[in-house]
Amino acid sequence: MGRSFWLIVGLSLSLLAGCAQQPAKDDSLYQDLGQRAGIQKIVEGMLLHIAQDDRIYKYFAKVDIDRVRDKLVERFCVEAGGPCTYTGDSLEEVHKGMNLSRSDFNALVEDLIAAMNEQHIPVTTQNRFIARLAPERGEVIEK
Amino acid sequence: MALSLSMYLNPVVLASVVGACAAWVSPAADAEQGRLIATGGASSIEGGAGGGIIPWAMLAGYDEQGEWGGNAFATHVDLPDYTLDVVGAAASYGNRVEISYAHQRFDLGSLVSKLNLPEDNLTQDIFGVKVRLFGDLIYDQLPQVSAGLEYKHQNDFLIPSLVGAKRDSDVEGYVTASRLFMGAAFGYNVVVNAGLRYSRANETGLMGFGGDRRDTRSVLKEGGAAILFNPHWAVGMDYREKPDNLSFAGESDWADFFVGWFPNKHVSVVLAYARLGEIATLDNQNGTYLSVQGSF
Repeated sequence: MGRSFWLIVGLSLSLLAGCAQQPAKDDSLYQDLGQRAGIQKIVEGMLLHIAQDDRIYKYFAKVDIDRVRDKLVERFCVEAGGPCTYTGDSLEEVHKGMNLSRSDFNALVEDLIAAMNEQHIPVTTQNRFIARLAPERGEVIEK
Repeated sequence: MALSLSMYLNPVVLASVVGACAAWVSPAADAEQGRLIATGGASSIEGGAGGGIIPWAMLAGYDEQGEWGGNAFATHVDLPDYTLDVVGAAASYGNRVEISYAHQRFDLGSLVSKLNLPEDNLTQDIFGVKVRLFGDLIYDQLPQVSAGLEYKHQNDFLIPSLVGAKRDSDVEGYVTASRLFMGAAFGYNVVVNAGLRYSRANETGLMGFGGDRRDTRSVLKEGGAAILFNPHWAVGMDYREKPDNLSFAGESDWADFFVGWFPNKHVSVVLAYARLGEIATLDNQNGTYLSVQGSF
């Protein structure tokens, strides 16, 4: 059992791991947002803005903010095409009974944009990201 | 007295007053501005939200469901032989319905002495209503589609009547659609607008309505597009087809090329190059357009 055996085992494992993943998808947005670490900074920045946002602070006042952060990072990572799995509840489930308005949704978008500006994310990258989140508004508002 | 009065009528002074007032009342109104910045558009010369020379489908102000919004504006267009000054205001509710008012004053400049005219300016009042029928500028599947009516009253009808205009007031309607396409131009957001107007207004009504050549309304095409380099800066153009009802002079279709600045939800400034072509026998009326708007 020389080095070649372990090399073959290692190669096979990495091949298996490769097969187990989704077919190669475009992760350029995930890269442009700074991968998982960058996305985490954006989410944390957004939550900091929300904490000072009179319009929507109330919706976050009683939540487990660490869990919200972790699930948002997962969610944004998946939306950006990154190698993550979203383990949270469906958006409809999460927002049920909150009856969020269109204005509330826009307020969150503004806080997200402010956070991305602070991370020096270029406008074109911001637009690509928001374009992926915008279609989900129907699953968030008026539930 | 005369000095202070003319100061108040100066559009630039007026505009800064408008902006200052809007900024001053803003803290109380903050909670009501539920739409994203720049989605209230600029103020068109007829009072409603839009580009510069045509209405777009968005409504004035930044109100969403259950909220009020609105704006006040002043616009000055400086042409080789004429000037056009407009002041007005608009209010909208629930991102559903908009009412607007504009007062236009068109100074005839060199034409007065050239033709020995009895008056040196033409004024017009415009009352407008616009309803968002369906869709959304940004979200959901369908573009935002709005329909509007404008009642226009020309206040100095002597000159228009002498050149063949048939009436001093009229109602016209339009339908217009606007949509923001995210990242559509090199990654930047683009807003596209297209509309149809049913009108017999001569020079938008400043020269009356209907004429010796044609006295029925025409279906007129309008359109515009803007690219947003970020949420605060837009560059774009407007186009407006116009009828040819009077035989004494040709009437050109209008276009403008603008830069819009939306530093916050309370103030915006639009600077444009307006190509208005032939107006009342004088050609090449192409000049600068400046509009300042305060929103609340």
